Amino acid sequence: MLLSSFFRTIPISLEQGLAYGLVALGIVITFRILAFPDLTVDGSFPLGAAVVARLITEGVPPVYSIIAAVICGFMAGCCTGFLNTKLKINSLLAGILMMTILYSVNLRIMGRSNIQLLTVNTLLTPLENLDVNRFIPIIAFFFLVALCIKLLTDMFLHTQIGFAMRATGDNEQMIRTLGVNTDNMTVLGLGISNGFVALSGALVAQDQGFSDVGMGIGMIVAGLASIIIGEALFGKKTVQRLTLAAIVGSIIYKFIISLGLRLGLAPTDLKMATGVMVILALGIPALRKEKEGKLHLRGV
Amino acid sequence: MVRLENITKIFSKGTIDEKVAINGITLHIRKGDFITVIGSNGAGKTTALNLTAGTYAPDEGDIFIDDSRVTRLPEHRRAKYLGRIFQDPLMGTAATMTIEENLAMADLRGQIRGLRWGIKKARRDHYREILKMLDLGLETRLKDNVSLLSGGQRQSLTLLMVTLSLPKLLLLDEHTAALDPKTAQRVMELTQKIIEENNLTSVMVTHNMQQAIKYGNRMIMLHEGKVQFDIEGKEKSALTVEEVVKRFGAELKDEALLC
Repeated sequence: MLLSSFFRTIPISLEQGLAYGLVALGIVITFRILAFPDLTVDGSFPLGAAVVARLITEGVPPVYSIIAAVICGFMAGCCTGFLNTKLKINSLLAGILMMTILYSVNLRIMGRSNIQLLTVNTLLTPLENLDVNRFIPIIAFFFLVALCIKLLTDMFLHTQIGFAMRATGDNEQMIRTLGVNTDNMTVLGLGISNGFVALSGALVAQDQGFSDVGMGIGMIVAGLASIIIGEALFGKKTVQRLTLAAIVGSIIYKFIISLGLRLGLAPTDLKMATGVMVILALGIPALRKEKEGKLHLRGV
Repeated sequence: MVRLENITKIFSKGTIDEKVAINGITLHIRKGDFITVIGSNGAGKTTALNLTAGTYAPDEGDIFIDDSRVTRLPEHRRAKYLGRIFQDPLMGTAATMTIEENLAMADLRGQIRGLRWGIKKARRDHYREILKMLDLGLETRLKDNVSLLSGGQRQSLTLLMVTLSLPKLLLLDEHTAALDPKTAQRVMELTQKIIEENNLTSVMVTHNMQQAIKYGNRMIMLHEGKVQFDIEGKEKSALTVEEVVKRFGAELKDEALLC
């Protein structure tokens, strides 16, 4: 019974873990690279879903709809960055403000609280119509997307601008004396991060066949849980390891969750379980008085 | 070359905590000057450096670099003129990035950064070459994270980073004060060497009177936000700690300054 649950949860965890892995990747850019605790995620994830759902049902080709969703996510992130750097609003509050505003924006975009996509052609429809087990092409597709985004992120973070962005999170004063406008780096990083999150939202909406205004709740905590799991495996010494940790951590997180559900965890308790997981991961090092486990964040 | 004209800086203006940190200072830094700045706590030494670097703007007065007015220019836009080294040895480098990544960032001081690779292969040999000068064995550790280095090693690396794209003016803010005496001595010798070899114009704030007398061609003492004295050349090289105490002992309530 346990063993069969174990194996039956693998495909679904791969599918969801890879799709949600982009959220974790986005959170790596804000929390880890920029050391900016960005809470916009809970709003930009459903934003991506809302934009894609509305546009696809309006007859816009799925690819263009997804591009539009990513641009919207990027802009939402930039807004949070603007609130923080130009209006000097605390980083946590700036994210919460944007998240709240996006709730209304998402309702406006969709015109109602949810849109179903089961009866329209999405980007995944051709894959689902293939004459094989649905999981195979979908997982392969999500794997390719996650891999491409991971590699692009690795490459970007090794460019001149990428260096400046990493230094902004590491030592703001130092990189400013070297002539970098750290405000711009923060805004750009938040934009990229939320662009990834919106892409994830857009893919998930098409995968599950609907977009719902509440689908972003708890996204930041789930993403953090994924990162913590991944970092326990791969460490956080290099950029490549951080991004790998996000994707693999997300898969393992989804695996634990689906296994838990199969073994009787009530779906309603899911977010509590995730929250407790993160509290334990962050809290245990503190209780043991270890310095290293501490999250280094700016503006908190 | 760099001119501070009648600069005043007041913190917490209009409140009960109002503090006049800099009170109408005028200072001309000439090309090739190596100025040491002393003064007791609260004399305005670090404030003067921060104003020059653009960390904040003065309440009154103007700052010129090569006759162009930079009074309101933010820190990052003065970067191509200024190099700066802080007291905290951890402040000058990014700990989670590698030695070569830190050097590559310094290579681009004040330049526009793009989407080219952060590290050019051709520069790597150059980095290795200049790291040898430090004699700390860092030339074999290009890919090590800077967090693995000691405070003295990090401060030496920061000094080396300055030489990659030479600033018009180097600001040293008590940059050896947080190191143990032996390391401080080594870092100070390295500083002297780098300044001489590159003919750098520099301002060094220090808490150590002996250091202030030993190094540089010009010495300034700040007291309560004003220039107490400004001596140079022969008069400076003939100066002794005892003489300074005799002449200005009354203002030097800070004993730490005299050791």
